[in-house]
Amino acid sequence: MKKFVVVMLLLLGLMLTGASFAEDPGQAAAGVVQGVQSDIQTKSQVDTGDTAWMLVSIAFVMLMTPGLAFFYGGMVRRKNVLGVLMQCFIVLGVITAQWILYGYSLSFAPGKGFWGGFAWFGLNNVGAIPFKDYAATIPHEAFMIFQAMFAIITPALIIGAFAERMKFSAFLIFTVLWATFVYDPICHWVWGVGGWLREMGVLDFAGGTVVHINAGMAALVAALVVGKRKGYNNRPVPPHNLPFTVLGAALLWFGWFGFNAGSALGANGLAVHALVVTHVAAAIAGITWASLEWIFNEKPTIFGTITGSIAGLATITPASGFVTVFAAVVIGFAASVVCYVSVAIIKPKLGYDDSLDAFGVHGVGGILGTLAVGLFASKAVNPAGADGLFYGNPKQFLVQLIAVVVIMVYSFTVSYIIYKIVNLFVKVRVTERDEIIGLDLTQHHENAYTVIE
Amino acid sequence: MKLIIAIIKPDRLEAVKQELYKADINLMTVNEVLGHGRQMGVTEVYRGAKEMGNLLRKIRLEIAVNETFMEKTISAIVKGAQTGEVGDGKIFVLDLAECVRIRTEERGGGAIG
Repeated sequence: MKKFVVVMLLLLGLMLTGASFAEDPGQAAAGVVQGVQSDIQTKSQVDTGDTAWMLVSIAFVMLMTPGLAFFYGGMVRRKNVLGVLMQCFIVLGVITAQWILYGYSLSFAPGKGFWGGFAWFGLNNVGAIPFKDYAATIPHEAFMIFQAMFAIITPALIIGAFAERMKFSAFLIFTVLWATFVYDPICHWVWGVGGWLREMGVLDFAGGTVVHINAGMAALVAALVVGKRKGYNNRPVPPHNLPFTVLGAALLWFGWFGFNAGSALGANGLAVHALVVTHVAAAIAGITWASLEWIFNEKPTIFGTITGSIAGLATITPASGFVTVFAAVVIGFAASVVCYVSVAIIKPKLGYDDSLDAFGVHGVGGILGTLAVGLFASKAVNPAGADGLFYGNPKQFLVQLIAVVVIMVYSFTVSYIIYKIVNLFVKVRVTERDEIIGLDLTQHHENAYTVIE
Repeated sequence: MKLIIAIIKPDRLEAVKQELYKADINLMTVNEVLGHGRQMGVTEVYRGAKEMGNLLRKIRLEIAVNETFMEKTISAIVKGAQTGEVGDGKIFVLDLAECVRIRTEERGGGAIG
């Protein structure tokens, strides 16, 4: 544990070095030249409406991670609820530090390599002047922090797979390594200038590949490597507080408007359209899951309904800026049907313990949504996009398929390697005694609920 | 008639229930309680303030049986709850003076099962 604290302090030290590096004399000189032009440029380029919407979107997406914490926290047994909340919350801190130090640079600095490189290390040259290739009308800094929220929620999604049994220190080390070696490169390939999947023409509006497939595959690996919870017999463990889960789902749905509509990077028609299709997909998916349960399990449940809505939201994410409202209805319906089959029928047969269905809902939804872009994308919706198979362009479907396969394989393999490496130094799983007592008391020395008073 | 009270670890409840069902004992009352015997609790810290040796969560089972069922019940609980570690719990057996089935007002041994 001491070793771990030292590592954290070193990281902090590095950050300070990064900050001073950004202000070294050579860079400052360049800054002066830019500064003269920037006053004029900033005024002419930055659109106040766009920037205002991005500020709001950033806050929306930030709220998704605590929302996810409650979504997951309600599903676990009450001896582990603080463990889940803590894991989600600490990711806000850790990944923000990683992102401003080097994560943003690795992900978004222009370049044709594996990563974007270190040009924007320590947020060097990331300021008020818009970076045209990403977002021409908002300050570069706004784009940077908007993307930080995506980098935060992605590793937080994985928590659902190893809930109730992962050691906290191992979780932190895994999260930083995973962000660096899985999230940052894939983010660069798909969204970064010079990224090879971006140049191949892959369409991912708000993160079906980068966020959902990516986290989903890491979740699947986690469930396989960390192993089943003690006493798990292929049946769901009863959630300790479903109202928390419903609250979390509601916050996620709300935040998703920032996630998807914010990805238009401006206050414009495309943002409105993305918000509409996002909402429609969530609504249809919720009804669909409830109906499936009504047909096959006698009664519709609130747990099922919100799971359907989250599946719909995850699935519409890559498609939200490219498809029509009608397509969103089809995608929402398909999301619930496919995720229902994966969670309620396939998972129990395969016998792995993806405790809160991070793969079954987010991974499967991301795969489905990314492929759906290849079918339903239309230039009539977004001229900057492409036509899909149903609009006479089968090539787009092929491109989407390649991206899905590449990211599934890459995320699965590298996540596996990272788990194994972490396991060499710190056992990823808590001891059996700690698992029985619960993560709240053993990992954090706290109790969520008192029994008496 | 006997009243059997067992204090067990929460995660053993499922196993104990299964053993009781196997022995044909289907009636029980379950409570969540706090306690510790020789096993100490787990440290808790709230905003830097440490609390040592707090009480641990336990499950308390109450089962009323006729004499002929007593040994079966005890061995079923032991089988389900025993891990061999400190903290497995205790079983207390008390004499039971009376038992009334509220629905029929039936009394005594016949009212138990």
